[in-house]
Amino acid sequence: MAFARKFVTALLAATSLLCLTPAAPAADPAGPSLQAMKRDYARPTAVPFPADNPYTVEKVRLGQQLFFDPRLSGDNTRSCATCHNPALSWGDGLAKGIGTGGTLGRRSPTILNLAWAELLMWDGRKDSLEAQALGPIESGMEMNLALKDVVPKLEKVDGYRTAFALAFPGEGLTLANVAKAIATYERTVVSGTAPFDRWVAGEEGAISDGAKRGFRLFNTKGNCAACHSGWNLTDHSFHDIGLPDKDIGRAEHLPLPSMRHAFKTPTLRDVARRAPYMHDGSLPDLWAVVEHYDKGGTARPSLSPEMRPLRLTPQEKADLVAFMLTLTGEADPVTLPALPVPAQPAGF
Amino acid sequence: MPLRPALLAAALLLAAGPALAETHVVDQANKKFSATELAVKAGDTVRFVNKDSITHNVYSQSPGNAFDVKTQKPGESSDVVLKSAGEVEVRCAIHPTMKLKVTVKD
Repeated sequence: MAFARKFVTALLAATSLLCLTPAAPAADPAGPSLQAMKRDYARPTAVPFPADNPYTVEKVRLGQQLFFDPRLSGDNTRSCATCHNPALSWGDGLAKGIGTGGTLGRRSPTILNLAWAELLMWDGRKDSLEAQALGPIESGMEMNLALKDVVPKLEKVDGYRTAFALAFPGEGLTLANVAKAIATYERTVVSGTAPFDRWVAGEEGAISDGAKRGFRLFNTKGNCAACHSGWNLTDHSFHDIGLPDKDIGRAEHLPLPSMRHAFKTPTLRDVARRAPYMHDGSLPDLWAVVEHYDKGGTARPSLSPEMRPLRLTPQEKADLVAFMLTLTGEADPVTLPALPVPAQPAGF
Repeated sequence: MPLRPALLAAALLLAAGPALAETHVVDQANKKFSATELAVKAGDTVRFVNKDSITHNVYSQSPGNAFDVKTQKPGESSDVVLKSAGEVEVRCAIHPTMKLKVTVKD
């Protein structure tokens, strides 16, 4: 119960962060157009949960344990959190992820704000968190635990049997419920309120003048908001942004000419905490990212028409970076769960 | 003009052989289709018009009616003839939140 109360409190706190009511805006020297742009970035008031997997405290608690449990890997060394580490903005800080089978083909994406995602994975091959959750577990390159072995392995842990019975009354421990619990926990992973949010809500001094200029550029000359739009700074779209690697991305699963080298637009929430950048981890910092977009990317048939040389001045590049630095939120520290272990006899 | 009246008003009658085939106009604006559902007859045309300031790519993988209009720049339009009866799931490849279900009847 203590945990439940604590979690609900945490959830309410997180929700309250989402409920910032925009105050009356202060006089804006840039005029009403900037105010209109800001309206597109107001945070939502609640986290969406699907009707067929609604939120419960028991499910979130179980999902958190599963997310942090290395026993969901074949050799008990890797959990979901190994690559999606909350201390590293739910990524791993590496250019390419590392799994049981060695170095992976792409950078580990953050799991922040996936409750709002349309498709999952850099290439969009999963259409829900429930569908995605088991993929890395069974991947021979990542966690390498055959799905047929998941339930028998967890059944040996008394605490899990109890936790599944509480979270899924009448159903208990099933593979589908492993996915549902992890997905429910992941939906609670929401970026904290950032200085940018306080500015959107009317606190004029929350960000610098340079960051405000950067926000305007982000929505105009920089064309960033063509894809990184809305409060989550992504519209979940797929584009070839002209990175010179051979990965065909989305086209592997949706074989259309425009989808060659196309990858999902990631959120920019807390982006300053997730270097290196891009699906291939090829750009070391936000300055390099701005330089990439300024040049317009590698010319090829699939290059997104939204990509074009921007001809940004040094000051404009600095302003764009200043803006992105204001997106780092103030989320509460993540408490690691105690994992259930097999019961041991009290004595002889 | 509101999108729905525009959609209805834009349905054009075309003489095409013994049956009358219609053209149904679906706009793309604000990263949304102007309708989420549409009923047409087999042989009808759906005209997809990009009214956004960004590029779209309408497609379907539904059996019997699969198509790819490829990238559409702002202002461009593309006609698709739906030949087979059934449900057609239409998407924008670039923007997966854009969804349209077309019911094609004989």
